[in-house]
Amino acid sequence: MTTIFRRGLTRALMAATFATVLAGSAAAQTVLNRGNGAEPQTLDPQRATGVPESNILRDLFETLTTNAVDGKTVPGAAESWTFSGDGLTLTFRMRADGKWSNADPVTAEDFVFAFRRLVDPQTASRFAWLAKPIVNADAITKGQKPVDQLGVSAPDARTLVVRLESPTPYIVDALKHNAFAPVHRPTLQQHGQQFTRPGNLVTNGAYRLTEWVPQSHVRLEKNANFHDAAGVRIPTVMHFPTVDRAQEVTRYRAGELDWTYELPVDQIQPLAQSMKDHFSNELYFGTYYLTLQVQKAPYSDPRVRAALAMAIDRKTIVEQITRGGEIPAYSWVPPGANDGAVAYDLQVADFKDWPMQRRVAEARKLIADAGFTARNPLKVEFLFNTNDTHRRIGIGLASMWEEAFGNGVVQTELRNVEWQVYLDSTARGEFGMARAGWIGATFPDASYFLEKFKGDAGEANTSKWANPEYDRLLEAAMREPNPQKRQDMMEQAEQVMLKDMPIIPIYHYTRARLIRPTLTGWVRNPQDVAPSRYMVFK
Amino acid sequence: MIRYTYLRLAWFVPTLFVIITLSFFLMRVVPGSPLATEENLPAAIRANLMAAYHLDRPLWEQYLRYMGNILRGDFGPSFQYNDYTVTELIWLGFPASMQIGGIAILAASVIGVMLGTVAALRQNSWLDHSIMAGAMTGITIPNFVMAPLLTLLFAVVLGWLPAGGWGRGAWANKVLPIVALALPQIAYIARLTRGSMIEVLRSNHVRTARAKGMPETIVVARHAVRGAMLPVVSYLGPAIAGIVTGSVVIERIFGLPGIGRYFVEGALNRDYTLVMGVVIFYAVIIIVMNLIVDLLYAVLDPKVRLG
Repeated sequence: MTTIFRRGLTRALMAATFATVLAGSAAAQTVLNRGNGAEPQTLDPQRATGVPESNILRDLFETLTTNAVDGKTVPGAAESWTFSGDGLTLTFRMRADGKWSNADPVTAEDFVFAFRRLVDPQTASRFAWLAKPIVNADAITKGQKPVDQLGVSAPDARTLVVRLESPTPYIVDALKHNAFAPVHRPTLQQHGQQFTRPGNLVTNGAYRLTEWVPQSHVRLEKNANFHDAAGVRIPTVMHFPTVDRAQEVTRYRAGELDWTYELPVDQIQPLAQSMKDHFSNELYFGTYYLTLQVQKAPYSDPRVRAALAMAIDRKTIVEQITRGGEIPAYSWVPPGANDGAVAYDLQVADFKDWPMQRRVAEARKLIADAGFTARNPLKVEFLFNTNDTHRRIGIGLASMWEEAFGNGVVQTELRNVEWQVYLDSTARGEFGMARAGWIGATFPDASYFLEKFKGDAGEANTSKWANPEYDRLLEAAMREPNPQKRQDMMEQAEQVMLKDMPIIPIYHYTRARLIRPTLTGWVRNPQDVAPSRYMVFK
Repeated sequence: MIRYTYLRLAWFVPTLFVIITLSFFLMRVVPGSPLATEENLPAAIRANLMAAYHLDRPLWEQYLRYMGNILRGDFGPSFQYNDYTVTELIWLGFPASMQIGGIAILAASVIGVMLGTVAALRQNSWLDHSIMAGAMTGITIPNFVMAPLLTLLFAVVLGWLPAGGWGRGAWANKVLPIVALALPQIAYIARLTRGSMIEVLRSNHVRTARAKGMPETIVVARHAVRGAMLPVVSYLGPAIAGIVTGSVVIERIFGLPGIGRYFVEGALNRDYTLVMGVVIFYAVIIIVMNLIVDLLYAVLDPKVRLG
């Protein structure tokens, strides 16, 4: 896990300037103001899907396993767990001192209730698929089995048994997701869907919800009943929706925020220079790529796909266009993947280390072999959703291909559509080549990326690519009890994919933000997890 | 006039019915879906979601269900904001939009009319030129440029006012949004007032008043302003409706909990129920505002007879 930019050790002049702003409000010492992107769509742990929701829910609820300050998996509501010899049974021992914010004890039964609620078709959770490794989860979501058939049971208040369909070592990481957070059953039954309102919501995490004004803020206060309440140093956390990125920076500069959600693309470089002590940039576990309709000509020709992929100068894209410290990508699974114990070795396309000249020569040969010439040009389409960065990347690609192949051999048409039309077109396969991004912030297992392009992945497989060898390797990996062998098989599967190039990786994402230099108790990580409970103002 | 008012109110229901029906079907014709996502959404889960929102039913059935719910005052749950109903979102957000918008338009009307009148009375003087130059600047600088400039100056450099947020409705948080919203309106109203004032000042009844030897202040206050207000009033009707239902730009930039963004974000996310809710809400306000404008016309212009 690479930290691209480490926090500055010395506090420069900038800090002094902002210290004067802070001096005006002594409250900044006890209130943490976090910019949080969009307004949360819901605070219902089983229904929430987005990153802004996860950030708030992480402060409100404690899952069985939870995040350490650096995002590593540590005991949460459960104090320990053991896998059975065949890897198919996972037994959690609950903490003795786990309490809800209303002082009720947190029991194994609370988790059984929440897990069943997640897979229940009535809940219609978008994240029900996360539970797929648990026995019968899939059938229940499809309405084929009753919810009480889910492979989760509570023999006693402090023991939770999770039965798995196949060995799933990463389940311990996946269980940190808010979809697996417990819900307080009596509150849910009393208030129905209004159980997430301030005053109703009962939580078991470090904080409790005291205010929620849509489009204004979510206010959290320390939960006195939390088992580690003594370790929670900041009593009040405010999560502000900050949809306008430029204005988020202004609010930060005015001292109203201590932590920004992100930064406007065009300000990343200037801010890295001018606000060195506030600036933080970290690799984000995701890949920006092109998806190609492999069932449609000319993209059905693997030579065309390989030639287009080789001729892209990724270094120029990240240094001249995106300029956010992104990493040029030659792999689909981003660096840093692991199942919690065994690392997934980064796989790369074989042309990664070739000099640009050789790549271009090879690409020209492939295009000529495929029969494209100045008279019979290769016409490709670049579909993107309205966004300046995507547009500039499109222009960059078009000019790189023109430069590499010359004489209009490759002609790129840019097609710009609104976000919803983009989602619709990519799901239906109504495009030639489209930009896309995939971020695995849920858990760092490679399967989250690889399964997207399985032959039976449906709409998620936007390239409509189906490779029997790839599918076979992935299915075998999912049944493999030996973690190392499982990783090896997934690595082989990615190699199959990179040879066939149904997608063209462009870069791995980064996430840049401004953080108040007086704020400590956080370690940036590729999952971009930063629980407020560890944070403290100096 | 009373009969006229009744007649207009009687049209209220069929007008709304047409608006609701048109918007309902227009929303469905547009490509995309409220359930669309980049996430891997297995077919079974999509089916569960469709069923939860009755999207798996035939369109006519969805329409009838929606109309039935509206009659009971139920705008349904928002697709995007799961924990609130559309009715709740509108009632929670409207006070903020109305306060910011209402004060902005009130201030803009008073200041705009005053500036416009002064400019008209001193036509082609340096005062007129500078007011009109200011107005032109106000019109040409868009909100999304003005608002960040204001926050940069008053929040970051001077530190007098907050850069954004609602702050539980504190006055300090309202000042910059109101100013940013009012500035272009002041400019527009000033130009409107000046134009019509110049025209009215040249009209026969003003000439007659002056010929009678009436003092200029009374000529202006009693005879000219009234006539000059007609175009301003007809502009203000829809402008008030537009402004009190929130400005997407201002609310987004200042992070205000209003309803302005629901129009645009709802449409972009294909949040059918939310868009329908705000469309109906906006339609009601604009119908009422237009009625008020027409009634005011009768008061301001003796030539207009309603009924």
